[in-house]
Amino acid sequence: MGIPELLFLLQGLKWTLALSAIGFLGGGIAGLLVALARTSERTALARGTAAYIALFQGTPLLMQLFVTYYGLALVGLQLDPWQAVAIGFTLNASAFLGDIWRGSIEAVPRGQVEAARALSLGYASRMVDIVLPQAFRISLPATVGYLVQLIKGTSLASIVGFTELARAGAIVSNQIFKPLVVFGIVGAMYFALCFPLSLVGSWLERRLAAPTR
Amino acid sequence: MSASLSPPDPGDALISMTGVDKWYGSFHALKSVDLQVRRGEKIVLCGPSGSGKSTLIRCINRLETVQQGRIVVDGIALDDSAQAVDAVRREVGMVFQSFNLFPHKTVLENCILAPMRVRKASRAEAEATARTYLDRVRIGEQAGKYPAQLSGGQQQRVAIARALCMEPKVMLFDEPTSALDPEMVKEVLDTMIGLARDGMTMVCVTHEMGFARQVADRVIFMAEGEILEEATPDAFFRTPRHPRARAFLGEILAHH
Ligand SMILES: Nc1ncnc2c1ncn2[C@@H]1O[C@H](COP(=O)(O)OP(=O)(O)O)[C@@H](O)[C@H]1O
Ligand SMILES: [Mg+2]
Repeated sequence: MGIPELLFLLQGLKWTLALSAIGFLGGGIAGLLVALARTSERTALARGTAAYIALFQGTPLLMQLFVTYYGLALVGLQLDPWQAVAIGFTLNASAFLGDIWRGSIEAVPRGQVEAARALSLGYASRMVDIVLPQAFRISLPATVGYLVQLIKGTSLASIVGFTELARAGAIVSNQIFKPLVVFGIVGAMYFALCFPLSLVGSWLERRLAAPTR
Repeated sequence: MSASLSPPDPGDALISMTGVDKWYGSFHALKSVDLQVRRGEKIVLCGPSGSGKSTLIRCINRLETVQQGRIVVDGIALDDSAQAVDAVRREVGMVFQSFNLFPHKTVLENCILAPMRVRKASRAEAEATARTYLDRVRIGEQAGKYPAQLSGGQQQRVAIARALCMEPKVMLFDEPTSALDPEMVKEVLDTMIGLARDGMTMVCVTHEMGFARQVADRVIFMAEGEILEEATPDAFFRTPRHPRARAFLGEILAHH
């Protein structure tokens, strides 16, 4: 295990970070729309979104990536791996984040929305000024927890040809025949990313459980 | 303070409910309710728990929809149109039992939000208005605090100021003192009495009978979704006609 191998693993780590960022950004933006649609008073919209969430939560991410890359290519829509992965992770993360945030929106006490309505505030203001800031606070621990899952889930991008951290580890391990050493290092790298996030998550959880201000 | 019980002149009615029926699923919550509230009038609405008092006043600003009947507020007929609902809510302030202040906003921010968003007031205008009303409910010094830093009585006074900042034509109160520790009830009632003296039209769900005697033009008694009795406070407390009203008053007085 020399410097070139280590650099190769760091390249993989870089892709893992990039994929996580894409999944979190794309999934975050789409997830907000999913959460708003899911909590909408329009029943058709809310039900349709519930089905969307069930579909993407109920099938493996691996399969979703497979469909966006190979499946769409079969019907003539050839995406490059970046596009396929960005779309796949965005769809998947939007379902999970959307569901987390749906729960957080619903956890904001009813009286808050009623007071806002009584003040004649419209939907946009009720959401932006009243509900979402409170829902955001409520959702923080679960959102951070999901981010950890997402980082680990990026390893699945290897099936469409990405050499992210896990795949880089497999390649190096096959070259130097020291799987324990290589995967020990790969594991330590994942751990270095995820463990601090988990700590932040549980810190937030404790802080939010304490009486407000 | 109590006025005569002359039949309300519909032309002068700020709130007019006629033949209002409301069901929650199969449960008949309001049964053919008729209620006229004149400009400047103060109404106290009382009755046993579950009799439909909250439901009734929440229909006035469309927090609840009704299945039948007509509700007109300040000349605006409440129908399903969003414009009518918004227009009515702009003129109707509401104070809730549980205050419902926005916990992530300071007292001042709670007060300026709706004037800025709905009335399109500038921040400076909205703050000036807010400070006037916060001073009026004698809580001006707390403008920079968060709701959780205030006592229940202070929070409820902020909630009153927040509603007043929209300069409503009528104020609805839904048991504003029921969630308060006894020592804080008076400060909120005094604020409401001050508001009444200034001529505000008020519909108050409350069991504070002292307040009713002092302020109300009419007391309305409800049970099981029906208005069973309407009278001046004097008449209502001295000689309640309906047996259920007598039973209700007996219980209230026993508890005080
Ligand atoms: N959202 C609701 N869904 C079903 N039933 C309700 C709902 N809100 C109120 N009710 C019922 O309607 C009746 C009247 O309620 P409410 O107006 O809150 O009474 P009050 O304010 O006089 O105590 C009660 O029996 C209550 O259980
Ligand atoms: Mg009630």
